[in-house]
Amino acid sequence: MAKITLDNLAHSYLPSPKGEDDFALKELNHDWADGEAYALLGASGCGKSTLLNIISGLLHPSQGRILFDDVDVTHASTADRNIAQVFQFPVVYDTMTVRDNLAFPLKNRGARPQYIADRVQQIAQMIGMEAELGKRARGLTADAKQKISLGRGMVREDVNALLFDEPLTVIDPHMKWELRTQLKSLHHEFGHTMIYVTHDQTEALTFADKVVVMYDGRVVQIGTPQELFERPEHTFVGYFIGSPGMNVIPAAIDGQMANIHGATVALPQAYDALDGKVEIGVRPEFVTLTEGEGLPVKVRRVEDVGRHKIVRADLFGSEINIVAGEDTSISPDMTRVTFDPAHVNVYVNDWRRAGKAA
Amino acid sequence: MTLELRNVSKVIGGQTHIYPTDLTLNKGTMNVLLGPTLSGKTSLMRLMAGLDKPTTGQIFWQGQDVTGMRVQDRQVAMVYQQFINYPTMTVYDNIASPMRLLGKSRAEIDASVRKAADLMQLSPLLDRKPLELSGGQQQRCALARALVKDAGLVLLDEPLANLDYKLREELRVEIPKIFEEAGSIFVYATTEPEEALLLGGSTAALFEGRVTQFGPTPTVYRQPVDATTARVFSDPPMNFLRVSKTGSKIMFGDGQSAPAMGPMESLADGRYLAGFRPNHVEINAHANGAMAFETKLVVTELTGSETFVHLDHHGERWVGLVHGVHDLELGAALKVYLDPRHVYIFGEGGELVAPASYALAA
Repeated sequence: MAKITLDNLAHSYLPSPKGEDDFALKELNHDWADGEAYALLGASGCGKSTLLNIISGLLHPSQGRILFDDVDVTHASTADRNIAQVFQFPVVYDTMTVRDNLAFPLKNRGARPQYIADRVQQIAQMIGMEAELGKRARGLTADAKQKISLGRGMVREDVNALLFDEPLTVIDPHMKWELRTQLKSLHHEFGHTMIYVTHDQTEALTFADKVVVMYDGRVVQIGTPQELFERPEHTFVGYFIGSPGMNVIPAAIDGQMANIHGATVALPQAYDALDGKVEIGVRPEFVTLTEGEGLPVKVRRVEDVGRHKIVRADLFGSEINIVAGEDTSISPDMTRVTFDPAHVNVYVNDWRRAGKAA
Repeated sequence: MTLELRNVSKVIGGQTHIYPTDLTLNKGTMNVLLGPTLSGKTSLMRLMAGLDKPTTGQIFWQGQDVTGMRVQDRQVAMVYQQFINYPTMTVYDNIASPMRLLGKSRAEIDASVRKAADLMQLSPLLDRKPLELSGGQQQRCALARALVKDAGLVLLDEPLANLDYKLREELRVEIPKIFEEAGSIFVYATTEPEEALLLGGSTAALFEGRVTQFGPTPTVYRQPVDATTARVFSDPPMNFLRVSKTGSKIMFGDGQSAPAMGPMESLADGRYLAGFRPNHVEINAHANGAMAFETKLVVTELTGSETFVHLDHHGERWVGLVHGVHDLELGAALKVYLDPRHVYIFGEGGELVAPASYALAA
C-alpha cells in the first residue's frame, strides 16, 4: 500500500489552456495517507473521473506530478503503477468460470496454486459466490458479474492502491448494502489505500474515512462525513451532502445575530462586519417546525419518506426544507420555525466563515 | 379511465416471468412497481403496454378488452432507463415528434412542446441536439416527449437510474407534481424503497414475478401483508428474529420477553418471525419496556448525521440506523434496544399475523 501525493497537479483537455476555466481539474496539492479509504464525490463533469484517471495512469496531467510513496509515477504506465481497478460496468471473461475469473490476476503473476485456491475461496465467500465458483460467467446477471469484478479487484494483496469507479451503479439496493459492508470490513482487515469515485452521497459517506468533495474542477472540501455534515466549507458541500441539502438563506450579520427580513436568529459565534454575499446555512435536520416563536413559514407539502418526514415550506418567498420525525404530526397551526443555534453556519461568497469564539 | 389486468400471466420457455396477476389502475394516479432486479417490473410493464402478449388473462382499457391490440394502436408512452432520443433532431423536434405522427396542427404542437419544455426546464435548450446535453437533460427531453403524447398510460421504467444523485432527488420531487397535472395513469418502476416513498401514490410490491401487495404507498410501507413485502420495501433491509408466544408473553430469545399487547394478544401459542426496521433499533434505552439485545458490532458506517451499525446477533445479521455520530469499538459487544411497538410479527409462512402497533397509529 502506498501514500499518494498530488503535487501541483492540474489538467486541461485543451492543447494550450488560456485561463483557469480551461482546466477540467484545477491546481491541487494533497497527500493521501497510506491505508486510508477516500471517496471522490461530485456531480458529473466535476473532474472526479479526470483525477481518478490521472492516479491510475490512463491520463497524463498537463501540469504537476503524482507520487506513490514519494516515487514519481507521473509518466509510469497503469501496469507499472501496480494498482487494481473496478469500473462501473462488469469486466469479466464470459467463457471462464467464476473461479478462473477471480484467480486470473494471481495466475498472471505466477502465484502458488495453493495460495490462489485459498485466496479465491476467501474472496468468493466475501462476495457471496462460493456456490457459483464452478459456473461460467456467461449467463450470470449483471450484478453477479459486477461482484466478480469487485472480487477480482480485491484478490491481490500486494497492490499500491485499489481504485473504484462507481462500482455499485448496476447493483441492486439490497446487494449494495452487503457489498459496501464487505468492502469496509476488507479495508479494516487489510488496510488497502482505497479511492472510490461516486456521485452517490450515501456510498461516499458510508464507505470513506475521508470524503473529497469536488465541484467545477476544484476540491472544495476534504473531510470526515461528520465534518461535511456539520461544517460544510462551501455552500455546494451543504447542498450536495444531505437529502434534502442545507438551507441557504440570505442574511445580514450583526455580532452574534443574523438578521433575516427583520427577524433575528442566534449564531454560535460572533462576527465582525462582513463584505460580499452573506448567507446563513442550516440543515433541514436542525430546523424545527413549531406553533411557538420563530421565523414565519407556510407549509407547502409534507413528504412521508418512511423513517422521517420532509416538510417543504415557504420562508419569505423562498423554499425551506425541514426534517421531522416519523412520529411527529404536522398541524396547520405550525407556522414558525426555529434553528438549532449550534448548527447555523455563516457563508460569505459561498465559503464558510468562522467567527470569533463567543 | 382505468387499466385493468385480469389474471394476466407470462410464461416464456416454461419459465414463469409473471404469475397470474389482477391489478386495477385509475386515472390520474401514480403507481409504483417496486421490486429488486428480475422481480418482473419490466415484464409487467411490457404487458401493460402491449409490447408482449400475456400467456393467460386479459387487459382492459376503459372497460374494453385490448389484450391483442398492438402497442401502436394504444394510447401508451414509455420512458426507459437508457435515454432514448433521436440524435439528429433538435430537442424541439424530439419533443414534437409524437404529435407530428398524430397529425396535430402546427400551433397545437408548438403550444404543447413549449409547455412540456417549460415543465422540464428545457426551454433554453430547444435548439440543441440531444448529444450536446447532459444525461439529466437528455432524460428530461425523453420525459417531455412522453408528456406531450398525451397518452392515457405513461410507463416509466427506472427513468432516473442513470442520473446523478442530486438530479434524481430534484426530479423525484418534480415528477409527481407534473403527473398530478397531466391526469394520465402513471406507472413507475424502481428498485429503491425511498424513491417509492418520495413518489407517493400507490405501490405494487413485486418479488419473483408476483405482486405481493398493492395499495397506498405509505400503507404498503407501514402495513406490509407479509415478510416478502416488508423485505422488498426496506432499505437497508428489515431485520428478523425468531420468536415464540407462550401464554401472554412473546419470548424474544436472550431471555427477553414482552407482554403480548394489542393485535399480538390474540395470537395462538407457537413460533413466529419478528421483523423490525433498522431505524427503530436504538443504542440508548429510553422507551419504557424497551427490550435489550446483546449483539456484536461488526461494522459502522457514518452518514454525517447518523450511524449505521451492522450487528451480529447469535449469527443473524442486523442493521441499525441510529441518530448522531457514534464512535464505537468494532468487534465489541453492543447492547441494542427495541421498542415492542415497532415489531411486526409474521407467521412461519411469512404472512403478517400482527402489525407493529405504531404503524396502526401513524
